[in-house]
Amino acid sequence: MSRKRPPLLSTIGTKTTMAVTGLLLLGFVLVHMLGNLQVYAGREKLNAYAKLLQDAGGVLWVARGGLLAVFVLHVVSAFRVAAMNKAARPVPYVSAVPQVTSTAARTMLLSGLVVAAFVVYHVLHFTLGVVDAGNHGHLDAKGRHDVYGMVVAGFRQWPIALSYVVAQVLLFFHLAHGVSSAFQTLGVTHPRLAFLKGRFGTVVAGVVLVGNVSIPLTILLGLVPCGAC
Amino acid sequence: MNLTLHVWRQEGPGVPGRMERHEVAGVSPDMSFLEMMDLVNERLVREGKEPVAFEHDCREGICGCCSMVVNGAAHGPKKATTVCQLHMRTFKDGDTITVEPWRAAAFPVVRDLVVDRSALDRVIAAGGFVSVNTGSAPDGNAIPVPKEAADVSMDAAACIGCGACVAACPNASAMLFTAAKVAHLNRLPQGVPEAARRVRAMVEQMDAEGFGACTNHYECMEACPKEIPVRFIAEMNRAWTKASLSAESAAADKAGFG
Repeated sequence: MSRKRPPLLSTIGTKTTMAVTGLLLLGFVLVHMLGNLQVYAGREKLNAYAKLLQDAGGVLWVARGGLLAVFVLHVVSAFRVAAMNKAARPVPYVSAVPQVTSTAARTMLLSGLVVAAFVVYHVLHFTLGVVDAGNHGHLDAKGRHDVYGMVVAGFRQWPIALSYVVAQVLLFFHLAHGVSSAFQTLGVTHPRLAFLKGRFGTVVAGVVLVGNVSIPLTILLGLVPCGAC
Repeated sequence: MNLTLHVWRQEGPGVPGRMERHEVAGVSPDMSFLEMMDLVNERLVREGKEPVAFEHDCREGICGCCSMVVNGAAHGPKKATTVCQLHMRTFKDGDTITVEPWRAAAFPVVRDLVVDRSALDRVIAAGGFVSVNTGSAPDGNAIPVPKEAADVSMDAAACIGCGACVAACPNASAMLFTAAKVAHLNRLPQGVPEAARRVRAMVEQMDAEGFGACTNHYECMEACPKEIPVRFIAEMNRAWTKASLSAESAAADKAGFG
């Protein structure tokens, strides 16, 4: 039998790519969150952590390259699945009433696009210093990049803090369906692992939401000391 | 009971259809949904009009012929029920009910509520079988079948191939149907030799027919009159990945079979 398309481009192949890249991205989001939470440990801790990453040099660029590749694969697969699924039902129902599916599941493309747009904005903000440029590039007492001051000064501006909160809420919906969905796609069937396909996604998404949203919120409410920012 | 029906009418494949309104009087709560449709059609015939075409056969919920999306749900609002076993007592006097055909690119409308589900037959023909040599009948029970495998295989074999999973899926995906057939055969000793070839060929045919991809909404399981679990989809995903990565499959491809 001659195959029309390579397995990786089949429906299951595309979904598998989405699941694998999605879980890798989740891993990044969790590590990134743990790194960011060091803002609560004060200027010294956070700036030292930032310097540690900056000093990684070549390793940092390999990690960035890998992350970008994973991100692009995830997005490209998403558009492919969306296109296949749209083509599969050219005539819509006059009345279609969802019975069990969730809002999160039905808005994956929308939440994903908003999160992707946020990632670009986030990089322009804290990595490249295009957004809120006035607070970017200062040095602390030890001559390190003052990440702490940049974050605190940034989030004391409510439009910036609000945009981060909105993006994290959409990330919550995206992860709530996406994480559980990934385990189903990867073929988890053992009853002991059934939790991975159930509440696990929502719990992980909730942890990410609370962890990430707390930073702009506590800073906006003035709970994180500014020091000399 | 008096009801207002909005029924999809379409003269043939590829022509535009429309919803048609019918006032139905004198419906008994004990009628099945199809008997109510018969009532509508009897009146249409008496009036010299074209009756609403719909598919039906056994009318006892086991053949998989009946196929209507009732009020936005495949086979109607009742769980684990084909539309032929859906009784009018499920509805209230004065209700407005919409009736539509299964909608999927792979299921072209033949007329009104009748769709062509041959795509599912072609998925079966691609691998939903076991190859056996003809000759004298083998001894009964010569091949031991583990009890657990027999039980789960039977659960999967409960699929009647009605296509409600496709109709209910937001993506018109046939994953639950295909997964049920794979789960049914791949765990039995007779099905094991062709297991890798089967899952790849059936998924390939499923894709070629233009069914969508599974995005894990689980609407299929809710609509399924036989309550086939989506666990079988996870099982097929795993079997497909394993088969696609296996050296044996690669060798079979190179040799031009499998």
